[in-house]
Amino acid sequence: MPILQPIGRTFLVFLEATGRLSLFTIMSLSHCLRPPFYPRLVLRQMIEIGYYSLPVVGLTAIFTGMVLALQSYTGFARFSAESAIPNVVVVSITRELGPVLAGLMVAGRVGASMAAEIGTMRVTEQIDALDTLATNPFKYLIAPRLIAGLTMLPILVLIADIIGVFGGYIVSTQKLGFNPAAYLQNTWDFIEAQDVISGLVKAAVFGFLVTLMGCYHGYNSRGGAQGVGAATTNAVVSASILILSFNYFITELFFAR
Amino acid sequence: MNHTPEAPAAASQPTAPAADSAVPKIQIRGLTKVFGDKVVLDGIDLDIQKGESMLVIGGSGSGKSVLLKCILGLLHPEAGSIKVDGEEVVGLYGDDLERIRRKFGMLFQNAALFDSLTVWENVAFGLVQGQRMARDRARGIAYEKLAAVGLGEDVGQLTPAELSGGMRKRVGLARAIATEPEIIFFDEPTTGLDPIMGDVIDRLIVDCVKQLGATGLSITHDMASARRISDRIAMLYKGKIIWVGPTAQIDVSGNPYVEQFINGRAEGPIQMEVRAL
Repeated sequence: MPILQPIGRTFLVFLEATGRLSLFTIMSLSHCLRPPFYPRLVLRQMIEIGYYSLPVVGLTAIFTGMVLALQSYTGFARFSAESAIPNVVVVSITRELGPVLAGLMVAGRVGASMAAEIGTMRVTEQIDALDTLATNPFKYLIAPRLIAGLTMLPILVLIADIIGVFGGYIVSTQKLGFNPAAYLQNTWDFIEAQDVISGLVKAAVFGFLVTLMGCYHGYNSRGGAQGVGAATTNAVVSASILILSFNYFITELFFAR
Repeated sequence: MNHTPEAPAAASQPTAPAADSAVPKIQIRGLTKVFGDKVVLDGIDLDIQKGESMLVIGGSGSGKSVLLKCILGLLHPEAGSIKVDGEEVVGLYGDDLERIRRKFGMLFQNAALFDSLTVWENVAFGLVQGQRMARDRARGIAYEKLAAVGLGEDVGQLTPAELSGGMRKRVGLARAIATEPEIIFFDEPTTGLDPIMGDVIDRLIVDCVKQLGATGLSITHDMASARRISDRIAMLYKGKIIWVGPTAQIDVSGNPYVEQFINGRAEGPIQMEVRAL
């Protein structure tokens, strides 16, 4: 059956990759929880992921908030529902656009650099050197990155939420003629804790996924510069797809009735 | 600890220092490693006595590096046994494997220095991370070891990217000996160096190993280096050890494979897989 062979082979490759990723995830998590810990390395990764991603995430958020207000206005004006703009902006930003766009930007910035750094360490035998110096690479390289991703993305998204709402506020008050005080009052009255919390839960999951993909593909890279390049691409692509699919499932978990 | 500047000459003693009846420092039996369809190691038997400097020669892709990585537990063999001080290493993992690894130091082929750390932090890495030593104390030892391989204080603050090939090898050697390991591995120590720097590194290796009283295991295909640093030589061909003997007898081995290899001839029983264009 020559048609069935490639299907079967692809299926087996898929199962093997899933199994390897699952084992990698379990190993990484268990090393996150057991000593020795490396607080200096965790702090360095937190600065790398959190602080240095601020400009790119902030810019993304402000323009998203601005365009959201503008687009909603042109749409809502057709049936005189312009007053709903503050509500639309705050709900879209906190529930969806804040975490998803921040996750995707961090995947491009941090996931790629992690895969490249760990991948280069792999092909230049630096990871083997760690092992021979009685230092576990999972504890030294991977655990600090996962912890930093898990904790810093929610903080980034909280800031992105504020900047995004502010972007909508600027366009609405400066261009569309909204009353500033009324706009803010409307935003504050409409927002619910669950909107923000669901966004932050998403952010934590996305932060974990981005760093996990960066570490996994870097750690398993093979064969010199080309292998590191492939690892970087795979890290960003797989993290992006995982972010978008997990986004749906978490949304369903929170809001499906 | 009675090392002399003429230490390389002492390295060519024909007999192993330890008695045959003693437990070997490293004992390998029936070691088999397979990658896909390719059998890289095919039932290797090898004893390395305490204090001797064993060297494995063999062509590119003959499985020399795989042998080292199996002993270090970086690769898991399909079959066979590796005992270090009589303790089985195959199948160990976690803390037990880390405990065994503390006995080892390794000089990697391209030094494998951590490029996110400075030179002294590289040398002190095994002390600070592996042994939890205070940084200040480890820094002092790191500079001592750097001095032992002929590098000054100014080098300690540089990053590995700023070093030449020969300096990287020296730093790699300083890192390998910093924890004063019982066993030191050298993966092609002279590859990529000019002949003079190769000799300098070889002398440093012999000095360091003798000073520590360590057991050495090296792999190389540089015969000049092999003669300088080893007490005994084993030749690996097609996954098997085909000859083992004292370094002084390598020229009179009577083994056509060994003769072809050490004389570097294309003609002989070893056929390189070269396809005509």
